Amino acid sequence: MIRYIIRRVLFLIPTLLLVSFLVFAIIQAAPGDPAQLALGEGATAEAVETKRQELGLDQPFLIQYLNWLGNVIFRFDFGNSYRSNISVAYQIQNYFPNTLKLSGMAVLLGVLIGVPIGIAAAVKQYSVFDNIVMSFAMIGMSMPAFVLALVMLLLFSVTLRWLPPSGFSTFRQMILPVVALGMQPMAICARMTRSSMLEVIRQDYIRTIRAKGQTELRVIVGHAFKNAVMPILTTVGLQFGALIGGAFVTETIFLIPGFGRLLVTAVTNRDYPLVLGGVVCVAMTVALTNLLIDIAYAFVDPRIRAEFKGAGGGVFPWQKLKKLVLAMTPEK
Amino acid sequence: MNDQLLKIQNLTVDYRSSNKTVHAVRGLDLNLRPGETLGLVGETGAGKTTTALSILRILPDVAARVLSGEILFDGKDLLTRSKKEMRQIRGRDIAMIFQDPMTSLDPVVTVGAQIEEMIMLHADLPRSGLRKAAEDMLEVVGIKRERFDDYPHQFSGGMKQRVVIAIALSCNPKLLIADEPTTALDVTIQAQVLDLMKQLKKTYRTAMILITHDLGVVADICDAVAIMYAGEIVEYGTLEDIFDGHRHPYTEGLFNSIPSIDVEQKTLEVIEGLTPDPTNLPSGCAFHPRCPYASAHCAEERPGETQLSDTHYVRCFQCAPSKEKELQHGRTVVERL
Repeated sequence: MIRYIIRRVLFLIPTLLLVSFLVFAIIQAAPGDPAQLALGEGATAEAVETKRQELGLDQPFLIQYLNWLGNVIFRFDFGNSYRSNISVAYQIQNYFPNTLKLSGMAVLLGVLIGVPIGIAAAVKQYSVFDNIVMSFAMIGMSMPAFVLALVMLLLFSVTLRWLPPSGFSTFRQMILPVVALGMQPMAICARMTRSSMLEVIRQDYIRTIRAKGQTELRVIVGHAFKNAVMPILTTVGLQFGALIGGAFVTETIFLIPGFGRLLVTAVTNRDYPLVLGGVVCVAMTVALTNLLIDIAYAFVDPRIRAEFKGAGGGVFPWQKLKKLVLAMTPEK
Repeated sequence: MNDQLLKIQNLTVDYRSSNKTVHAVRGLDLNLRPGETLGLVGETGAGKTTTALSILRILPDVAARVLSGEILFDGKDLLTRSKKEMRQIRGRDIAMIFQDPMTSLDPVVTVGAQIEEMIMLHADLPRSGLRKAAEDMLEVVGIKRERFDDYPHQFSGGMKQRVVIAIALSCNPKLLIADEPTTALDVTIQAQVLDLMKQLKKTYRTAMILITHDLGVVADICDAVAIMYAGEIVEYGTLEDIFDGHRHPYTEGLFNSIPSIDVEQKTLEVIEGLTPDPTNLPSGCAFHPRCPYASAHCAEERPGETQLSDTHYVRCFQCAPSKEKELQHGRTVVERL
């Protein structure tokens, strides 16, 4: 199990390398000259050229990438923003926690409310409660976060003046953005939990447990939910990843100094170091989340644990590879 | 009679969906004495499992409706018990073994914990005693106690069925309902599980309802036999009554369809026709469209119960002793044999 985790963590390295390289290549291919953008339209060709040299943009593409990579690995230096000349690492430190908090709280809200609702809806399938709740979930799923954000802003901040319209430092400031961003994960969680639970509740082993004389609550929470939790975990993981990237609109509406806004501005400014640093950071978070979810699977399901044991040998199958190569090489 | 452990009277169960009603059990009567083993035999869809689930009251709530009848267990009607009372009866007084061992254990809980759960619900034991009691049950069904912490996926089908049996017997129930306990198993494993059940029956003196469509299993283990067809019991009697003196044309068909070792047969004997559609049962006797002895009367009226001896009942106009036709029928049966 531990070997499996180590292996998965090591696997993050090539993933992140690939992500950073792809992003680097895409930015390079995008039109627009960052030196020109940094100096403004009126700058002379000479000044732009000097700026290009200063930023290292005159170097070949691959050299630029390797320079960047070297700095990141050996000095943990993501470079400085082209625009503001502030260190990228510093900006990530300042902006990322807000987004992490916002997305994390939104997903948490979604899970804490969505999962119990889903369970209740599955237990009372086709009841009035089930129908009402699932209709709401359908609406919640299809409504974009910004619509809800604007409606809530209008209602609770402008009309009723209950909650502050912007900022993200006090608890009262957090309520609106978290609810706006959490509505979709909540709806998705509720629907996923319901369908997953319905499938499990029909299983024979649930009938076996009922035949033991177990209380209905234990049957549902202790046995059925434990078996139904895997697809829910997967959904939660995916939702969290999507929210980190998708919090931009909510952040903009509520004027939250978040990562999404930082990144979007960086892209429009061709601020290569900031975009790169930001994307790698997001990729890392998403990859780590997936890893955590995978480990959580193993905790829940003994069958997956058994698989890990088999695969957890952790040694690269050299023998198999050798055989494969031998099989492919034509004999003399 | 007071010596009955279980007495089912006029039990009627329907399954309803939006546009159809399935008449699963229709006016079923059944008696079982303490320690007795009853074989409940019939084709798929005859209502055997529905009857069993009704006794435990674990029919699916959404679709199933118990329309009438009473299920007297120890003299008290189970159908009028509160949910809480039923929970105490399930497992402690009446336990059930399900058809498919591959799917009847919770895959994410250790087998030991699944046995423990049953004991914990019904016996007053300290935490440490629980584990020991559960380990003992594993040994009773022939599994090493070291396997307590293993998960169901680490067991074979036969071993899983042993675990299921261990769970069912762990609180020493008065009545054990076994729903086709060997159908999903290999023949050799079937024999092992049956031997185990026979042996446990002897040790614990548990009354048992064995649901099966295998007459061989019935002959091996049962004291009494009830033949079910389309939701009702068409013939009921002791093992001898049914195996040596069965009278109902459906029972006769069942026995005829067992191939004989002594006679060379090219094709297997079958009962002509199909099991009736339970949403649209034939009028009169449900078996009349397939019955070789059917008369016009059979299509009009549902036959009542005819008592042939103290222990032997049959639901068939053609078998009624008062009628002249019965004699003819008797003769034809004798000729056929």
